[in-house]
Amino acid sequence: MALATTLDRTQIADFYRQMQTIRIFEEFSQVKYQEQKIKGFLHLYIGQEAVAVGAISALRPDDDVITSYRDHGHALAKGLDPNAVMAELYGKATGVSGGKGGSMHLFDVSKRFWGGHAIVAGQLPLAVGLALAIKARDEDRVVMCFFGDGSVNEGEFHESLNLASLWKLPVVFFLENNLYGMGTHVERARAGGKEIYDDIAAYNIPGANVDGQDVLAVREASLEAVARVRSGNGPVFIEAMTYRFRGHSVADAQAYRSRDEIGAWRENNDPLGNLRSLAMAEGVMEESDFIELDKEARAIVDAAVEFAENSLEPPPEALFEHVYQE
Amino acid sequence: MAEIIIREAIRRGLHEALETDDRVFLMGEDIGAYQGSYAVTRGFFEEFGPERIRDCPIAESIIIGSATGAAMAGMRPIVEMMTINFMLLAIDQVVNHAAKMSYMSNGQIKVPLVIRAVTGGGGRLAATHSQNFEGWYASVPGLKVCVPSDPYDSLGLLRTAIADPNPVIFAEHGLLYGKRGEVPDEHYTVPMGEAAVRREGSDITLAAYGRMVYTSLEAADRLAKRGIEAEVIDLRTLQPLDTDTIIRSVEKTNRVVIVEENWRTGGFSAEIASTVQEAAFDYLDGPVGRVNGHDVPAPYNATLEDMQIPDADRIIKEIEKLYSL
Repeated sequence: MALATTLDRTQIADFYRQMQTIRIFEEFSQVKYQEQKIKGFLHLYIGQEAVAVGAISALRPDDDVITSYRDHGHALAKGLDPNAVMAELYGKATGVSGGKGGSMHLFDVSKRFWGGHAIVAGQLPLAVGLALAIKARDEDRVVMCFFGDGSVNEGEFHESLNLASLWKLPVVFFLENNLYGMGTHVERARAGGKEIYDDIAAYNIPGANVDGQDVLAVREASLEAVARVRSGNGPVFIEAMTYRFRGHSVADAQAYRSRDEIGAWRENNDPLGNLRSLAMAEGVMEESDFIELDKEARAIVDAAVEFAENSLEPPPEALFEHVYQE
Repeated sequence: MAEIIIREAIRRGLHEALETDDRVFLMGEDIGAYQGSYAVTRGFFEEFGPERIRDCPIAESIIIGSATGAAMAGMRPIVEMMTINFMLLAIDQVVNHAAKMSYMSNGQIKVPLVIRAVTGGGGRLAATHSQNFEGWYASVPGLKVCVPSDPYDSLGLLRTAIADPNPVIFAEHGLLYGKRGEVPDEHYTVPMGEAAVRREGSDITLAAYGRMVYTSLEAADRLAKRGIEAEVIDLRTLQPLDTDTIIRSVEKTNRVVIVEENWRTGGFSAEIASTVQEAAFDYLDGPVGRVNGHDVPAPYNATLEDMQIPDADRIIKEIEKLYSL
């Protein structure tokens, strides 16, 4: 892709900074998990950064995003405060969900980020409902719903595609195919093979397949999809082929895949490396530019960790708050 | 004041909500062109159109899940589940999503959703279509559960449920739609968490909800002929549950039997029995009794089904056994 025609230097720098912020955020999360400051399940987004950053860059701030439990990357890309996201991982009162949601349940309605949902495919029906509300009010907003390849065999996946298409609802269904539903390879879980996007033609939904390690390609596909959905033509399905460089959660020993396989992806198809190489090859940016951006990303995460460390625990009375709305 | 049946009371509540609040819309299976399996929504499709009376594919999880999503965004969806049995296909959306959203988001998200579900046995519909799951939902924090037994409460509680910012399961007993009762013409509501005393008595308390209120009243009438005056309490909502009214009654009668159509094992009656004995132990003249549906799947055969569901005979026998009355 020729950069000069698609994006300027500022945008490339912004994408890189966002992806690097997510990468470093996740690396620090793992360290803090090992230090037992973060507990529970921790699903890292490392390797998939180009998907959230590229896709969400195609949205307006008032568009809706909803995702699965591997949600840190989407949350940061949607503009959630990194301090409050890290504080949520720590379970602190200053977390985006007040310490009650944790890593898998990040929410910030002011940013139109609707979670963080930890039941596989459970967020798809919610996305359809968010879109139904948009249509009922005759708004021109869209819902972008992220999910993994593990979701596609759930009944709710099929129920959601069917209804969204039937009622022409404004949803971008965004499949991040990282090849494994937890530890089971997609081809061991699905009769239709590794790639999924062309199957959804059965629901009369246009589908696209995109290289999920190329942030610019993800952005292009997303811009096209969002424009189509926003104009009232019903849902679009995008499948980004990607790979998580870490286990399903940090508790995963990864017995189901080889070190060579992981190493090949990390070395040859790292979304950050891909963008860096391209920008340098095109002469748009230099090594020193990236070193600066790395520092900026690191500073964001350092501040987030410090904020989380210094934040207070929720008070005991929080236990009973918000079970019901008044 | 007019005498109407429960079907008409619920229909009136839905109709006025659709007329007065453009956030309200209905979702369900065959609620529109078919006119509703229990005819509650008859005529709505023609009056309000397919955008507000949404006939859905037979796919319960997306019906409740998408209604939840729309509620999160500030709409006021009202779902009809053709039966509470079918709602099992959507229980993940109810329990893991609708019920959790407020708490997990630290109060950022409201889910003003009403799920109307037809409940109960006695229709000779056999094991998969004759269950009473409302008590299950009442044990899930974040949900509210209404179990009206007459037209007045059906309309009054439905108004309250539609205005409530939380997900509400509104369980309508399939055999009570034709039940008649007085309903005022002027606006009123029935609050959740307030039981009603349907019959006053000084000798024993019978606490029940839904169709079992009438079974308990029948038992009370028969007991009265023997000089035993039973107080019959209609719980009206299971979550929130008005335990105070039951306890106050037990402090007077010193005896109590909980009557529930649902199975005995793990039934909601056990929850009530436990609460009553904790709070009113010193007032009790004997054990807290329970009369439930027998722990078997509902049979099709009429004689067998009648045996499975509690009747006045069983209530009276339980009282005789526990209290030697």
